[in-house]
Amino acid sequence: MFSQSRLAASAAALLAIAAVVGCTKKDEAAAPEPVAAVAKPEFKVCWTIYAGWMPWEYGGTQGIVSKWADKYGIDIDVVQINDYVESINQYTAGAFDGCTMTNMDALTIPAAGGVDSTALVVGDFSNGNDGIVLKGSGKSLADLKGLPVNLVELSVSHYLLARGLETVGLAERDLQVVNTSDADIVAAFATPDVKAAVTWNPLLAEITAMSDTTQVFDSSQIPGEIIDLMVVNTATLAAHPELGKALTGAWYEIMSIMSADSDAGVAARTHMAQASGTDLAGYEAQLAATRMFYQPADALAFVTSAELPATMEKVAAFSFTHGLLGEGAADAGAVGMAYPGDITTGNAENIKLRYTDTFLKLAVDGAL
Amino acid sequence: MRLINQIPARGARLSLAALPFLLLLLAYAFGSSQRLADNPDDKLLPSAGQMADAVGRMAFAEDPRSGDVLWWKDTGASLQRLALGLSISAVLGLVLGVAAGAVPLLGAPLTPVVTVVSMIPPLAVLPILFIVFGLGELAKVMLIIVGVAPCIARDIEGHARQIPREMLIKAQTLGANTWTVILRVVLPQLMPRLLISLRLLLGSAWLFLISAEAIASTDGLGYRIFLMRRYLAMDVILPYVAWITLLAWLMDLGLRRTSLLLFPWFDDGRRA
Repeated sequence: MFSQSRLAASAAALLAIAAVVGCTKKDEAAAPEPVAAVAKPEFKVCWTIYAGWMPWEYGGTQGIVSKWADKYGIDIDVVQINDYVESINQYTAGAFDGCTMTNMDALTIPAAGGVDSTALVVGDFSNGNDGIVLKGSGKSLADLKGLPVNLVELSVSHYLLARGLETVGLAERDLQVVNTSDADIVAAFATPDVKAAVTWNPLLAEITAMSDTTQVFDSSQIPGEIIDLMVVNTATLAAHPELGKALTGAWYEIMSIMSADSDAGVAARTHMAQASGTDLAGYEAQLAATRMFYQPADALAFVTSAELPATMEKVAAFSFTHGLLGEGAADAGAVGMAYPGDITTGNAENIKLRYTDTFLKLAVDGAL
Repeated sequence: MRLINQIPARGARLSLAALPFLLLLLAYAFGSSQRLADNPDDKLLPSAGQMADAVGRMAFAEDPRSGDVLWWKDTGASLQRLALGLSISAVLGLVLGVAAGAVPLLGAPLTPVVTVVSMIPPLAVLPILFIVFGLGELAKVMLIIVGVAPCIARDIEGHARQIPREMLIKAQTLGANTWTVILRVVLPQLMPRLLISLRLLLGSAWLFLISAEAIASTDGLGYRIFLMRRYLAMDVILPYVAWITLLAWLMDLGLRRTSLLLFPWFDDGRRA
């Protein structure tokens, strides 16, 4: 009697299973194709709008990335994602082989999620691009006491606030953190309820441009602690070092174009300015607050410096006290990190975030 | 026998009803165990045990930083906003809808403006709502009201217009004035409609609540979900989503029971 309808129901359910399982399957693009051996391996990297990541947009649309990909016999697709956190989540879930993110997010999202990740391109660090702003003139950081502070909770803004408060002997419990999405923070700042905000450029520029505001602290006071990276899956990179070579090569070609004091340099910066929704002057103001590593030697010096492990330990401590390392984390060292020269911090048995100098050395030697 | 004439027996119907849920759970468990076998730290599809741990932490242990039990604090904050927003919307929608639907002189100015306002997507004009209502509790409740009240008003107005003219005339021949007609003839027929309208708009109300909490907040179910999303803590997010679904279902059930209790003559209350 009803066996037919039961059959139909089972069939529908099986389809549902197939759909769900299909979605949850990890992206196999990284694995070498055994059948189509002639086909080029394909890779996908994602980026979001930020002064230090606009070069990826330029390299993607101007064909620089594909030129380098061709050189190493692979395909690289450069994809823009509108939502920053979503882009990292997509990378963590396996939809992309690489993605742009800050050092703190690289530690707390993919690395804490068990995805072994390598900071392939250390592009820059924020040198004033992130700031704390209070309403009223002549204010200081200590005036934050007792105020609500609007920011994207658990982001680098939150980290910047915590570092700032340390310098004036305040703690987070002396004020009230209000989670506010980055998309809404500029509009929110215009309302009377908001007394203070922490955010990054270009939003920071919008807020400080409003009348009667004081920027009381910014990332130039903690130089080198908010680092902007292109993070690539470590297993993919180990199987396909040509991906690392192509991305590194493309990056430094873009760097040399955009840093040039020539027409081509201005054209490149204008292109990036427009793609990030500002003009040349606005973009150059943001670049001025960004310590770009235009030369591979600068980046090499930075990733091999003794300050980098110290910085990452601070970031790990902040992340641990805010519960960002996951509940399995016993202490701030739960997620281990590796640096050039066999230096590690945290649990050496559980290294999930790696800084590497392999490709940088090739770039410095001009061997890419 | 044709397919459309085959009616499953009671037992078969129950097992057929349970089947999709079971299969979904099974598919989830399969996907989850596969991902976890690949990477034991995977956060995307946590196992049932991981989610149970997260619930234990959120619902039965104090948060080390604030000393609050987050689950209940979030639930209390959200339910308070929702209750406030929905009850104000219900009163406002009922008053506007009855006025526009039963009194033509009021309907002439009200109907067009309510129709147009109900078409404005509240989330698209959020920055304006911020400036007008601020960023505090008021703004969160107002977002629900702006989103829900015009829809209730339009629904009530439409049903008010459908009350047979003869009924209104009969009441008047029996000596009722406008106020009595509204109070004794129109309102009793619209009250169960209001409950149905509320039930249908519960989903939207939750949507507006969660959006409001995502914008600027220090507590609430939507706030927690958006915060946890920042580091992909699906072991907390999924139980929260299940909890919201349960709360919404209970609210729907409550409204249905209320309708049955207060308006037993109203057939839709029983059938729906």
